[in-house]
Amino acid sequence: MRTNGPISLVFHTVFVVFMLAPIVVVCLVAFTPDGFLSLPTNGFSLRWFRAIASYPEFVRAFWVSLGLGALSSFVALLFAVPAALAIARYRFRGRDALSALFLSPLMIPHVVLGIAFLRFFTSIGIGGSFAALIIAHVLVVFPFALRLTLAAATGMDRSVEMAALSLGADDWTLFRRVTLPLILPGVVSGWALAFIQSFDDLTMTVFLATPGTETLPVRMFLYIQDNIDPLVTSVSASVIAITMTALVVLDRFYGLDRVLAGKSDAGQ
Amino acid sequence: MSTAPDTSVLTTGPSADERAARAPWALTAPALMLFVGILVIPLAMTVMLSFHDWGQYKGIEPVFILKNWHEIATDPYYAEMFWRTFRVALLATLITAVFGAPEAYILNRMSGPWKSFFLLVILGPLLISVVARTLGWALLFGGNNGLVNKFLMSLGLIGSPLPFMFTETGMVVALAHVMMPFMVLSVWAALQRLDPQIENAALSLGASSFTIIRRIVLPQIMPGVLSGAIIVFSLSASAFATPAIIGGRRLKVAATLAYDEFLNTLNWPLGAAVAVLLLVALVLIVVGSNALIERRYAEVFR
Amino acid sequence: MSFLELDRVAKQFGPQTVVDDFSLAVGKGEFISLLGPSGCGKTTTLQMIAGFLDPSRGAIRLEGRDLTAVRPAKRGLGIVFQSYALFPHMTAAENVSFGLEMRRVPKANRSERVRAALAMVGLAGFEDRYPRRMSGGQQQRVALARALVVRPSVLLLDEPLSNLDAKLREEMQIELRQIQRNLGTTTILVTHDQIEAMSLSDRIVVMSQGRIEQIGTPQETYERPVSAFVSQFLGKTNDFAATIDRTAAPARLVAGSWSAPAPAGIAGPVTVSIRPERIGFGDTGLAAKIVTRIFQGNHWLFQCETESGPAIVIRQNDGQPQPAEGEAVRLGWRPEDMSLRTAGGAK
Repeated sequence: MRTNGPISLVFHTVFVVFMLAPIVVVCLVAFTPDGFLSLPTNGFSLRWFRAIASYPEFVRAFWVSLGLGALSSFVALLFAVPAALAIARYRFRGRDALSALFLSPLMIPHVVLGIAFLRFFTSIGIGGSFAALIIAHVLVVFPFALRLTLAAATGMDRSVEMAALSLGADDWTLFRRVTLPLILPGVVSGWALAFIQSFDDLTMTVFLATPGTETLPVRMFLYIQDNIDPLVTSVSASVIAITMTALVVLDRFYGLDRVLAGKSDAGQ
Repeated sequence: MSTAPDTSVLTTGPSADERAARAPWALTAPALMLFVGILVIPLAMTVMLSFHDWGQYKGIEPVFILKNWHEIATDPYYAEMFWRTFRVALLATLITAVFGAPEAYILNRMSGPWKSFFLLVILGPLLISVVARTLGWALLFGGNNGLVNKFLMSLGLIGSPLPFMFTETGMVVALAHVMMPFMVLSVWAALQRLDPQIENAALSLGASSFTIIRRIVLPQIMPGVLSGAIIVFSLSASAFATPAIIGGRRLKVAATLAYDEFLNTLNWPLGAAVAVLLLVALVLIVVGSNALIERRYAEVFR
Repeated sequence: MSFLELDRVAKQFGPQTVVDDFSLAVGKGEFISLLGPSGCGKTTTLQMIAGFLDPSRGAIRLEGRDLTAVRPAKRGLGIVFQSYALFPHMTAAENVSFGLEMRRVPKANRSERVRAALAMVGLAGFEDRYPRRMSGGQQQRVALARALVVRPSVLLLDEPLSNLDAKLREEMQIELRQIQRNLGTTTILVTHDQIEAMSLSDRIVVMSQGRIEQIGTPQETYERPVSAFVSQFLGKTNDFAATIDRTAAPARLVAGSWSAPAPAGIAGPVTVSIRPERIGFGDTGLAAKIVTRIFQGNHWLFQCETESGPAIVIRQNDGQPQPAEGEAVRLGWRPEDMSLRTAGGAK
């Protein structure tokens, strides 16, 4: 493998600056001591981070997002793990059609999903409820949960399960004591990726959220629609910090490229 | 089934084959019911909704008419809006391909620790809230004395400030940034399948660096670039947050228009028609180009 | 009544017949090898005994009881897999203990049996080691202990030694044989290695293309192969075309310049099959020329060109002078060392 020449390194530098610039700018502005947007900032202050506490909408939206992400990812796994096991190990009629159906939320624009769910939940009378949000998010994060679980289940040595069966394990014992521990890294990563997807989703959620069930991205979006001030940058900077922490943990735990590979095929 | 006369006497429980035939359906049944109930039915209802009537005072009337579809087909406003949607998406796709593919190649040639570090830097933003990332661009563009304009003017590239906010240019740049990790990832995956010795082989045959890239590397990563392009295009064409924040209230794309119809104008049937049209157009484009790519590169795909 | 009985068992995958008309009666305590090349159906047969696959036809009985409807978990067999299939998230002791837990063996009793089982395979002191931190040979021993600790009625071994290097494999063969003898566990080994099959088994079942070619003791199958396939699969062999000369009295069996009294009741063209180590150089016999001579330590290997085609001869390195390359020799052997096959089958 050959090494990179000077032109490549210049290109690389420009590229990295382009990728990081908007994120860095948000974080810089968040530390401004001024009461208005200014760049470059004169000085350093945490006043806008403290200010978040006095805007209960943001704090509440954060907790809604957190609960929604954790819960919907968990519920998605309850459906995705058995489905992944079936798809990974059995060759049955309709298998390809089923996996295409299960991955289809990746292909459907979220605006379409948002509209479909809004229409559906309104007509069955649970529009605007937290339960409706959870159901919608379960469906949207399902493909991510499925993909990573599927990868883990496919890579598993089947004879380990046969060994457990031959030693007298029943189906449930087999799953609890052998299969689940072996696919656990995939399941946990699937949960984490699903959580991030749910936590970040704006396009679909913006159709379903009501003032009581606004998620953080929805609150931020509606806030930005009115005006952009340092408060929303400090909120964004906090979100970025949380995500970065989760990213590093995920990278250590499972390898980021493997996690993201589950995400890269969104259009296929 | 058994030809031996006395074997089936004790056969009571399901056999191995019967269990294997039953298990996949038992395991997928919960997810299948979820998808039929929560995805298939709502989508069908949305398609039906697009044929319903709507009036300012009467609301939604569940009748079957082509009014919304007729309006979209005849009013040039919608043609312009869809044309803008796909134009912006196509330009963003081009930018990601032109810059993302070389970057993936450069990344792949880096040594171990640098490689994983910059991979994290470039792919990480994928998981950072789109609203936060677009906010960053709004700050950078920020009117006539935004940082981007100051930077470009100090380089002497432009004489007077360019408008980025509330323009298609700004939308394309911000979308390209948001979608870039998908392209890098897709090309990266294609590069991983490349035999690292293949470039040395070409070198030993006397090829120049440029020839190696053009004749050896590019043909092999092209499927990766194209499948990345499909992902970026379909996500850009249905993007909501970035066009809404950078484009503002006037510069509409399909997703933001549908949002307006639903939550501001409250004309749900028309919004549903816009959304269904977007979905159908995207499915056709994605499926069509996938088929084209697979036919063209059948021999490269394993 | 035999202990384990396979009665005209067959397995089809779609239109393809993988195992056909397989009948075998295994006695209690017997060590049986299913020997054959890959794709001969031996692993499929093992999987049917284990219950992971259903026979398409026929029956499998254990102590007279039909196993068809019995789930793998209830068959009470022990299996050692080619990949060992240890539970990677459990220590050696936890691996061995798993089957006892499934049988609800009380805890005190359990740890004692686990320790004994690990000691039996020479792994005392390795209780808390995880499989990842063990060598291939050690993992293999854990797998064996795990299968044996539940006192299975039948032990199934699926190419258990094929992932070990040659030296370790030989050691494990001896050890496996001793353990099996001591415990008296009825054992079925699937292997493609004829040396392994011969050194371990009481009887060998040679399989080819889903069918049984021959069942017999290692010596029988080696010295009296019933088909060209068996004779070639169980080591190097020389096949010479021969005819019966009825003009002589008594009739003689003739292959080129070699001849011997013809056995009774044989007619037409036959194939003479003779192992290379049973051929000697002498003054009479099949005329041949030494093409290459290879020294292999404890023996010499000669490749010869004879009147009836190429031949291989193996001579012990006993210090005697050996013919050189290019030398003309004559090959002879005792009639009782050869086996004869007519076109229809074995004699």
